[in-house]
Amino acid sequence: MIKMKVPCFLFRRLKKMADNESLGNIGGRTLSKPPTPGDIFFDKSFRFLTRAFTWATIFLLAFIVYKIGGEALPAFSDLGINFLFTSAWDSSEDLYGLLPQIWGTLYSSFLALILGGFFGITIAIFITQDFLPYQIEITLKNIIELLAAIPSVVYGLWGIYVLVPLIRPFANFLHEYLGWIPFFSTRLSGLGLLPAALVLSIMILPTVAAISQDAFKAIPQKTKEAAFGMGTTRWEAILLVLLPTASGGIFGALVLGFGRALGETMALAMLIGSMSTVTLSVLSPADTIAALLANTFPEAARGLETAALMYAACVLLLITLLVNIAGAVIVAKTTQGGDKR
Amino acid sequence: MSQTGLEHPKLERQPMEPRALKSIILSGITIVCAITACIPLFSVLIMLFYRGGKRLTFQLFYTLPPGAFDSAGVGGFGNAILGTAFMVGIAGLISVPFGILAAIYLAELDPYSKISEIARFCAKTMTGLPSIIAGVFAYAIVVLVMGHYSAWAGGIALSLLMIPTVMLTAEEAIKMVPNPMREAAYGMGCTPAQSLIKVILPVAMPGIITGVVLAVARAAGETAPLLFTALFSESWLSPNDPTASLAVLIYNWSSSPYENLIELAWAASLILVVLVFILNILSRTIGGKIKR
Amino acid sequence: MKLKSLLNVALSAAVAASFMIAGSATAAPIKITGAGASFPAPIYSEWFKDFAKKTNGEIKVDYQSIGSGGGIKNFIGHTVDFGASDAAMKQSEIDEVPEGVQLLPMTAGAIVIAYNLPGIDGLKLPRNVYPEIFLGKITKWNDAKIVAANPGVKLPDTPITVVVRSDKSGTTFGFTGHLSAISSDFKSAVGQGTMVQWSAGNMVKGKKNDGVSSAIRQTPGAIGYTEYGFAKLNKLPTACLENKAGKFVCPGPEGGAAGLANAVLPENMIVFIDDPEGDTSYPIVTFTWMMFYKKNKSAELAEALRNMVEYCLDEGQKIADKAGYIPLPESVVEKVKAASKNIQ
Repeated sequence: MIKMKVPCFLFRRLKKMADNESLGNIGGRTLSKPPTPGDIFFDKSFRFLTRAFTWATIFLLAFIVYKIGGEALPAFSDLGINFLFTSAWDSSEDLYGLLPQIWGTLYSSFLALILGGFFGITIAIFITQDFLPYQIEITLKNIIELLAAIPSVVYGLWGIYVLVPLIRPFANFLHEYLGWIPFFSTRLSGLGLLPAALVLSIMILPTVAAISQDAFKAIPQKTKEAAFGMGTTRWEAILLVLLPTASGGIFGALVLGFGRALGETMALAMLIGSMSTVTLSVLSPADTIAALLANTFPEAARGLETAALMYAACVLLLITLLVNIAGAVIVAKTTQGGDKR
Repeated sequence: MSQTGLEHPKLERQPMEPRALKSIILSGITIVCAITACIPLFSVLIMLFYRGGKRLTFQLFYTLPPGAFDSAGVGGFGNAILGTAFMVGIAGLISVPFGILAAIYLAELDPYSKISEIARFCAKTMTGLPSIIAGVFAYAIVVLVMGHYSAWAGGIALSLLMIPTVMLTAEEAIKMVPNPMREAAYGMGCTPAQSLIKVILPVAMPGIITGVVLAVARAAGETAPLLFTALFSESWLSPNDPTASLAVLIYNWSSSPYENLIELAWAASLILVVLVFILNILSRTIGGKIKR
Repeated sequence: MKLKSLLNVALSAAVAASFMIAGSATAAPIKITGAGASFPAPIYSEWFKDFAKKTNGEIKVDYQSIGSGGGIKNFIGHTVDFGASDAAMKQSEIDEVPEGVQLLPMTAGAIVIAYNLPGIDGLKLPRNVYPEIFLGKITKWNDAKIVAANPGVKLPDTPITVVVRSDKSGTTFGFTGHLSAISSDFKSAVGQGTMVQWSAGNMVKGKKNDGVSSAIRQTPGAIGYTEYGFAKLNKLPTACLENKAGKFVCPGPEGGAAGLANAVLPENMIVFIDDPEGDTSYPIVTFTWMMFYKKNKSAELAEALRNMVEYCLDEGQKIADKAGYIPLPESVVEKVKAASKNIQ
């Protein structure tokens, strides 16, 4: 007997049929019935509605791009492509340049990727390569996923009051003894690239870990068994065989993590220091496009400054779009046909 | 054991042997890395409970924010909690029907057409939309049109962030409904709409709710979209005026020099994180039911 | 079935919520929204809370501290009922408002230089020293010039970290105005403005007066400018500055009142005091303004706004002192009251 949920309207019809047999069916046993005009009308309008909302999705994204691009048009014509290569933000002189912010966005995300990517991949290896009993594996997985759930603004608060005081002595040490290296050439006055990159790496770690786990799980069991069969140690197998096999998916994970870091707003707005400088020093304050928008938009003078900010928003949209699409394509390509465990 | 001129490898585990040693050291490093990765989470939670917990009283839920001259220990953020709930509620009311209906089309009615491909691409793109841009957009189309900041603008900005998540998870959930159910429904003479509403959606509901709960958890913690749509307020909820929210409260008071406000910011963070965690665990429990 | 019951619950919750919201708006109070300067924000919020009590909840004023730049932007954009700024408004900005702008000074305050040097109170900074610090020419706390002005004080060998505003600020406008007036170097290198390109080396940016005070508090060796009330409430040590008459004046009610005493308010209500005369004057003081539309959305709103202004000028000035602000001189209050009739 196939068990099935009997839909409501059919149940009532069943009862009706059982009670009175005037519905034109054979011996009161048939349950199917052609739809009534009312049903057809409802069906057509419901399907139309779903179609409308699908179109609405496309329209929504187009509208967002149109609206922001439209507001940015005056800036496109006035500031031109130089906007991307100059470093100033002076609203009294109407001089705007996005270079420090573009640099800051890319540099902070890159720093975050190095740290977050390394830890993310390590954790993915740790979780998927039978280091732990199943229960602890699941617990660790959940802990890492909870890291992703914490709101960005809470990370910012934690960064200001816990992380910065913690790393200040360490940063001063780096500056005093290793100040000749360009990465430590300025003094940490508080907020800056280092605390921002650290918090950012914590935020992208779960993304990288989750996708890397999928990449590892997609490796056919036979590959691992073959490696062990040849007498490799556990880590030789991981480093020489599994990592290269999963490298496509891991690369995709890194790209997607990078994309996530690029779009991050609040933690950076609170921790990066808002200084329009282009610098290699991780101890110096900097600025990112998203932080610039969050900090400057509420009081931007109407006219060129707001248009310049919209221009910056377009640049940010473009960068995140490209990176996210690239990441999605890479992940899709490299995890095809690998769902067998 | 016996020397025959052939060197046979020792078959017991030799930890000091170079290759095995390397493996053990790497495993050790990995364990250290895993623990290190968990430290920030515990640090955040411990700090939240320690600094936020100090201030956790019922007073927080029904008092208004304190002024600069109020003595320490006074004040709360009941209006912020209400504001967050209201704006997330509005965002949900907009995004849930939107997302589910679009997902139905994508998963059920016309999965392989060009329109569906484009719509899916748009939804995936929107998941990566920086939240500040949602705020800027909502400012342009709601605040400037209405002429003032309001909770409606905040809700609309949040819905932009929720729609893609709801849509994509709903699509997955609907796709996972077993085919025999669909066929049986059609066999009974259901129109596609009836089969969807009466059979497919109820079965896909746990998956859809997982997506909705995750989207709600994300929206509750978002600050950037609310910064210039709902602004902030020190009075009780009034939808047509600037509205307080937990996330903006934390952002504003994190740079405040007043101890009282900083403590309240920690307490608000605690409440927000607990809320988000509960929602996440809830979504996982509901989602887990599908796998059975 | 589950779907139906879920829908039912959601519907009833929505109905209940709408009743709650409707219920909280009982006697339809008049709501006034304002936004702007962080300089007077502490005292404004006190005033408005008290004002709501005095009018029995009939007029509710909600003021958001977002910085003078934000106040001007929102006022021009008509997203608020009134704005607030310590830099008043430029003529070009006033021209953008078709309804006409009525600027009214509501209170005044001293801009102090606060610092973070544990154990050192009442640091003396001569007239030729503090502009150089903010120009970045003096970079260490134990620089000869600072040591010379503070005999007997053990100044550490730490670099000076200058804290400035990251947003458009009326406080910056007042501070840079004063520095430009007393130092031609500063005027040519940086100049006056709500947002300037500071040239100091070691800088930290803070958002609003709150952020600057908070940054000074958390950064060892920091120095920055903020409103007196903020420094006082947060127990930040403040420097005693040398005024035009050559005397060192520490921030306080007497110094502030003396600095303001000679200000003459012209017809358009805008006056900036860049370098006050007098032995007891504290050198950096500024008025702070509220901006109103001359023609408002409704006569009701205009009347509520006039009531609010009257309250601030009468009752409000009484707590100015305690809060760290300077009570407006009587002559100024008279002029402002007369001008407030222009709010229609």
